[in-house]
Amino acid sequence: MRNCREITALVSQGMDKKLSFGERLAIGFHVMMCSHCRNFQSQSQFMRKAARRYTGQLQNRPDKKP
Amino acid sequence: MLLSKGTKSTSNQLTEALLAEHRPVLFRYALLQLRDNELADDAVQETLLAAWQTASSFEGKAGLRTWLVGILKHKIADHWRRTVREVVTSDFDSVDNEEGEAGEGDENDFFMSDGHWNSGPTSWNDPEAALNQQEFWAIYEACQNNLPPKMAKVFMLRELVGLETDEVCRETGLSDANYWVTMHRARLRLRECLETRWFNQSKAKKEKRHA
Repeated sequence: MRNCREITALVSQGMDKKLSFGERLAIGFHVMMCSHCRNFQSQSQFMRKAARRYTGQLQNRPDKKP
Repeated sequence: MLLSKGTKSTSNQLTEALLAEHRPVLFRYALLQLRDNELADDAVQETLLAAWQTASSFEGKAGLRTWLVGILKHKIADHWRRTVREVVTSDFDSVDNEEGEAGEGDENDFFMSDGHWNSGPTSWNDPEAALNQQEFWAIYEACQNNLPPKMAKVFMLRELVGLETDEVCRETGLSDANYWVTMHRARLRLRECLETRWFNQSKAKKEKRHA
């Protein structure tokens, strides 16, 4: 059984590449029981969304001349 | 400008449309460093023009985008040289090797030796709503800037600029394995910072209000 440290590392990898079926299964099973890792998973997705939105914000910000 | 000089060398497959496809990524890259729409736009414009003019020197080995980003970096560096603010370029470039290779250390702040969370992620109340609050973005920016320089660079190239994983590795000289470790730590740190400085804060405020 993978522990939280290993599961979250997999969750991070899963944000950037396709995981194997076994890995996805391990994550799914783990987060069913572990709310910390479940939070990490949804918050990682949220941070991605926020990062994209942040770039959008930069583009709309009034120009600051250096 | 010297447009006529370059037109001959574009006989290979580098078309304007092909270059234009990369404009959004280049623009975000430039914007992150220059922090100014107009300057970023100029830098990208100059980059595409330079690419168009020197299309013959593009060997196709590293991939078009890598080549374009390389040109863009020069344009941005030129800008800083002109405005005598070289210090700021360290944002993305010169601090690259400051932290050395990824060690075990960082994750011990988050996990105990048996691999369980130290104090694990709590659930966030309505994160979507935060996206619409100006104050949240100040916190977000502060948390992002708090990441160690190299980690911040990797994170930003991937999540803000939108480069692919292998492009980020090429840009930063990270191995595949170090990329995964670095991105994971960036997420752990950013997450914790947002939780401490925003999500738990607003929770504390609400509790105070109801007390």
